[in-house]
Amino acid sequence: MSRIEKRFAECKAAGRPALVTYVMAGDPDLATSQAIMEALPQAGSDIIEFGMPFSDPMADGVAIQLGGQRALAGGMTLRGVLGMVEDFRRKDETTPIVLMGYYNPIYSFGVDRFLLAAKDAGVDGLIIVDLPPEEDEELCIPALAAGINFIRLTTPTTDDRRLPAVLKNTSGFVYYVSMTGITGAAIKSRAAVGEAVARIKSHTDLPVAVGFGIKTAEDAAEIGKHSDGIVVGTVLVDAVARTLVDGKATDKTVAAVRDLVADIFAGVKRARA
Amino acid sequence: MDGINSLRNGPDEEGRFGLYGGRFVAETLMPLILDLEAHYRAAKVDPDYLSEIKDLATHYTGRPSPLYFAERLTKHLGGAKVWLKREELNHTGSHKINNCLGQILLAKRMGKTRIIAETGAGQHGVATATVCAKFDLPCTIFMGATDVERQKPNVLRMKMLGAEVRPVTAGAGTLKDAMNEALRDWVTNVDTTYYLIGTAAGPHPYPEMVRDFQSVIGTELKQQFQEAEGRLPEAVVACVGGGSNAIGTFYAFLDDPSVKLYGAEAGGHGIDTENGHAASMTGGRPGVLHGNRTYLLQDKDGQILEGHSISAGLDYPGVGPEHAFLHDSKRVTYAPITDKEALDAFQLLTRTEGIIPALESAHGLAQVMKVAPTMGKDTSIVLCLSGRGDKDVESVGNYLGLL
Repeated sequence: MSRIEKRFAECKAAGRPALVTYVMAGDPDLATSQAIMEALPQAGSDIIEFGMPFSDPMADGVAIQLGGQRALAGGMTLRGVLGMVEDFRRKDETTPIVLMGYYNPIYSFGVDRFLLAAKDAGVDGLIIVDLPPEEDEELCIPALAAGINFIRLTTPTTDDRRLPAVLKNTSGFVYYVSMTGITGAAIKSRAAVGEAVARIKSHTDLPVAVGFGIKTAEDAAEIGKHSDGIVVGTVLVDAVARTLVDGKATDKTVAAVRDLVADIFAGVKRARA
Repeated sequence: MDGINSLRNGPDEEGRFGLYGGRFVAETLMPLILDLEAHYRAAKVDPDYLSEIKDLATHYTGRPSPLYFAERLTKHLGGAKVWLKREELNHTGSHKINNCLGQILLAKRMGKTRIIAETGAGQHGVATATVCAKFDLPCTIFMGATDVERQKPNVLRMKMLGAEVRPVTAGAGTLKDAMNEALRDWVTNVDTTYYLIGTAAGPHPYPEMVRDFQSVIGTELKQQFQEAEGRLPEAVVACVGGGSNAIGTFYAFLDDPSVKLYGAEAGGHGIDTENGHAASMTGGRPGVLHGNRTYLLQDKDGQILEGHSISAGLDYPGVGPEHAFLHDSKRVTYAPITDKEALDAFQLLTRTEGIIPALESAHGLAQVMKVAPTMGKDTSIVLCLSGRGDKDVESVGNYLGLL
């Protein structure tokens, strides 16, 4: 059983959705970002989505774009991201780590070389925004062969006809994007999200996590009623941004993220109470 | 149709030209581009659709565009006869209208009610705003804030035509950033919005579709040259940013090996200057951006560079995937032209022929200035003069110290 499967099973047994937290690797600098990463599990994060910064994040809103720019300005590279995961794994053997980002830095690194290094570092899964099932030969199939989950995004535009193709090589969990839009926008209808999750679950036994637009403990409690996991990202990257002075981390930076995750975790716990 | 060894068979069903092209988009957009492809396949064989394009090309754009023998320029260069395919005489002042008419008719067929587009120099933005005015569709044009500054006349034209121009401040505020923002808008407004991409790049089927709409350039050129000289030209030249005028010009000649094809890339300050040029094939390597695999300007970690060119229409860090394929197969020779060479060419054409070219097209002319003198007087070289230079008069005036 992979770390991801195990973690979802544990949350299910505890009668609550999993809390998936997205932070940008290297934002605003390596040491602070490492400290944030290490603080996440204690604050209630079940799974860490670790953003690989990219110069052209076409599916992201302003908050995550800026987070990526800060990380790149701080010198973060794909090699650096893997190094951070490696360091994290020395202290935490159980929290699943999913790298999220865009394909070009991986393609540039070399797919085979990347998968070996990611597996070695302790990466459990990948979410690559610009690799739909039509491009599965590129990275999805090699990743599965290397023992790394490939987590697919499904969206409101993924209809029943297309859903089987999208789910075919998906593993770990299914990430339902709550809206047509970029990260950080507002969810238009919570009821529609519940229906969509039910629709996906009629096609797969995999856990379904919902992301995009979840900002508060209340959102988490509400969306978490009908899903196996909820993903928060933009608000955490925003929390980092708000504590910076002249673009540099302060003693409030790590605490801001930790406190916000703890707050949202409270919402997760009452989702099905 | 073309044989198995033809270079005109691409793309395949996956939208690939060899290694290049493909559909590297977010899942939200995937159903949309599959739908677009299905509609395009149907439209392509619909006589009503094709005759509407032809009718508009004749009466609205002013096609066929003339093939003009540039006598004084030929004498000045002292080699091959130089001909200009006058796309700059089209309505809106460039080749961009050819593509916009094809796509707007498709958008109408698909029942879309809003148009978005990206633009660099503003030529595509103007052409899009124009067809949106004609077909009564609201449109939003994304344009890098830097380009908004250096291409003011085109910004005004777009606004007068009723378009909303959204300056994009992310990154260096040029074409790549405008395209990112257009994609963000599209992913948000999937139900109503048609994304009218201006160049032969992006996810499949855009590279194929834009090439098809622009290939009228080369098809006319071939016939016009045949009528004038009774044979094929020895060389054909076009400038390459994303590469829509170039692929439209080259496509008819790909299977004519006697015709040498040259693409002029933006060499900026010179390709040895790091991040100082936009020559993605001469100075980049394959990568994935904006929906396709192609040659890209990128750093060693796969982060995309901004690139630089004096021409706002050429400073894009990628190039259409069919050009990447033609570069690898060596059918087309792509060569960098520096800012200075383009400025010299701009002035030469203005003074010898009384034609003010767009800075983009001046890159193509600079390549002609290098090649024509090495060719015999009984040979011919044809340049696709893709756009006129009215929009560049102020910025060139600044460079030359005339203001």
